[in-house]
Amino acid sequence: MKCTEFLDELTNYLDGVIDAKTKAELEDHLAWCHNCYVVCDTTRKTIEIYRNQELYELPNDLRGRLQTAIMSKCTAHKKSGPEKV
Amino acid sequence: MSAIQPNIQQPAPVSEEMELVRRAKRGDDSAFEELVRRYDRNVFRIAQHITQNREDAEDVVQDAFLKAYGNLAQFQEQSKFYTWLVRIAVNEALMRLRRRRPERTVSLDEDVKTEDDSLPREVADWSPNPEQMYNQSELREILTRTIQGLPPGFRTVFVLRDVEGLSTEETAQALELSIPAVKSRLLRARLQLRERLSRFFQKRANGGGDKSSGDGDQ
Repeated sequence: MKCTEFLDELTNYLDGVIDAKTKAELEDHLAWCHNCYVVCDTTRKTIEIYRNQELYELPNDLRGRLQTAIMSKCTAHKKSGPEKV
Repeated sequence: MSAIQPNIQQPAPVSEEMELVRRAKRGDDSAFEELVRRYDRNVFRIAQHITQNREDAEDVVQDAFLKAYGNLAQFQEQSKFYTWLVRIAVNEALMRLRRRRPERTVSLDEDVKTEDDSLPREVADWSPNPEQMYNQSELREILTRTIQGLPPGFRTVFVLRDVEGLSTEETAQALELSIPAVKSRLLRARLQLRERLSRFFQKRANGGGDKSSGDGDQ
């Protein structure tokens, strides 16, 4: 397996949606190709760090205001009839 | 090396969610309000990632839920409500992004440089724990600016798949893209983010996290 072929399968490999034969070939490649090992490992860490560090949390006060605004607009919409929103 | 297991909060089981949708369709606003409470944080995150603007994200949250409310009768229940809602929110967010940046074409279909833009160049290993190299606000700043540098089409796929935990199929449905298109964009988004983060997180010669270097072109 070449490095470019490894890269093509990287997303499937990281997502665990890959058949056993291809997985074995990828892991064989990883065992000797240090660059692909590093790319694979750091790509996995990239995904994990974005998952762990939740950017753009909705603050509670803003959340409350948005919920109130949404529901009052929904109520107004219901009263005014089914015209397009 | 093992596959990544999603560790994020998953949307509620379909049957329970669908029950709320059906009650909302029958006019029960408290059921719709429950749907708002379930997904407003997700919609806000997605909207802010796409628009990169807090006010726009707030407007997207309101407009997306209002649109969902107004069109609930048209929701066919062939997908999860959440996927349908995300589709509405993404469209609203892209519309606002286009409005704010009329000089640039903003489309999920844009095909950004097909050659080599995602091929790894930085292959140095990262420090054992990059999250300890920077304090919390520095780290969030790095992550925010790095993901903001991705084209909107890549950013959106990455956020839906990897941050919000939608499946490839759900992402394809939400973005009206084919599954191969989602996979291709996801791979390139992941590799480009990895490449850019490597400038901050790679091992230093002294083995530590030298904050004074590695800020690249961010």
